[in-house]
Amino acid sequence: MHDDAIVEVKGIGKTYDGGVEALRDVALIFPSGQLSTLLGPSGCGKTTLLKIIAGLIVPNAGEVWIKGKKVHGPGPERAFVFQDFALLPWANVLRNVAFGLELQGVSRERREEIARRHIAEVGLGGFESSYPNQLSGGMKQRVGLARALTVDADIILMDEPFSSVDEQTRRKFQEELLDLLRHRQKTVIVVTHSIEEAAYLSDQIVLLTPRPGTVSRIIRPAIERSKGPDEIRRDQNYLDAVDEIWQILKQYVV
Amino acid sequence: MWQLVSFIFFFGAWELAGRWPVSAAFPPFSQTLLALVAMIVDGSLGKAYVSTLQPLLIGIVLCGIAGVGFGIGMGLSRTVEWLTLPIFIILQAAPMAAMIPLITYLYGIGLTSKVLAVVFLAAPVIVMNSYKGIRNTSPSLVQMCRAFLGTRRQEVVKIILPYAAALIFAGLRLGLAMGFIGVVIAELLITPTGIGDLITYHSSVAEYPRMFAAIASIIAVAALTLYGLERLERTLFPPEIRGS
Repeated sequence: MHDDAIVEVKGIGKTYDGGVEALRDVALIFPSGQLSTLLGPSGCGKTTLLKIIAGLIVPNAGEVWIKGKKVHGPGPERAFVFQDFALLPWANVLRNVAFGLELQGVSRERREEIARRHIAEVGLGGFESSYPNQLSGGMKQRVGLARALTVDADIILMDEPFSSVDEQTRRKFQEELLDLLRHRQKTVIVVTHSIEEAAYLSDQIVLLTPRPGTVSRIIRPAIERSKGPDEIRRDQNYLDAVDEIWQILKQYVV
Repeated sequence: MWQLVSFIFFFGAWELAGRWPVSAAFPPFSQTLLALVAMIVDGSLGKAYVSTLQPLLIGIVLCGIAGVGFGIGMGLSRTVEWLTLPIFIILQAAPMAAMIPLITYLYGIGLTSKVLAVVFLAAPVIVMNSYKGIRNTSPSLVQMCRAFLGTRRQEVVKIILPYAAALIFAGLRLGLAMGFIGVVIAELLITPTGIGDLITYHSSVAEYPRMFAAIASIIAVAALTLYGLERLERTLFPPEIRGS
């Protein structure tokens, strides 16, 4: 096992029941405390790979190892942020954020206290008793993120977290995400189809080929993270990374 | 306000049609109303409802427990689904009134047969709605529950059942609507009792206002009950925050 690897994916293959081969022989290492993105055209199996790491989908071949243990299903060291938010429509923000702790049997008083703290952290203070239908897409995704932070997992898996929100909200949210993660030792794996997003957020970018998904290239943009968001977007390394990714990905675009 | 106008219009047209007259057997609204009052006063209507509502309530409670249970079972377990889904699809499509002679042959002319008539009509929609409610639960919510380490039991209690609740309730309401049909058919076809008896008897002695009063009263009772349940449904499960 790699020294600082927290998640290790070995020879993963997945073929769906209909015969569609989503992934073939994917081997990857996700370093501890870093943000990695899985990037590729639609249908490259990136969400499938993320859900295999989450333990939500069982692969046909290969293994996932987390902190030196083989994965057989979801675990307390991983938390998932869903593309479609997956919020309970009949529960308010407070209960939704506390839901992970509710499932673990944490007392109501305790879990709501923890949830309130994370609601404030994602900028939703004051919306505790709102219902999901009263929130915008961006706010719903903050609820999803707060729920993942509340269970205090070391690894946060995010499935296209910004794809259902508009561009402005998306940028703001990306910046806040980096801000939130800066002071925590979280390992984050994000699935995205946005090149700029991947270059902006990531320590490590995994480029996947389309059907079946295999690892095409791994890029580590050397961007100075202490800079402000606007400086990063003008950073030469950032621009080079965007260009490099595009040069690779455009051969897969029909 | 407009509802009131439409009622006045409807009853006015009825009154005119009765006085014209469309048929000797069609009384005007005013006479029907008087007959209704007379039947309430002499207690015959009240007695009729006591006997009509018995098989209806027993049947609906049975369906409510067993039917919802079956539907939930079918939604949660592939095996139960495989065993029972075809039966309920056939029951839902079959003209159940055709079964009533068979029920009478097997169970006689008592309460059992009438309860069964209600059950046969009401059960399919109650079962199918519960089943669909369970089956339509957002897969993403179920996955979320698993990702956050929910047990199968928590998945059912905290995700699937709340999600399906609105559809299950709607199934009970539609089941009750079918139950009203079932009980009246049973009372007309098996043995005349309750409202069915009032309708048949007054028709046979040509007391048409009373016959119409009985018919109108059961329509009104059914319509008001179902309307009330629909209101309750919207209060219990507001569309904005319900699952299904």
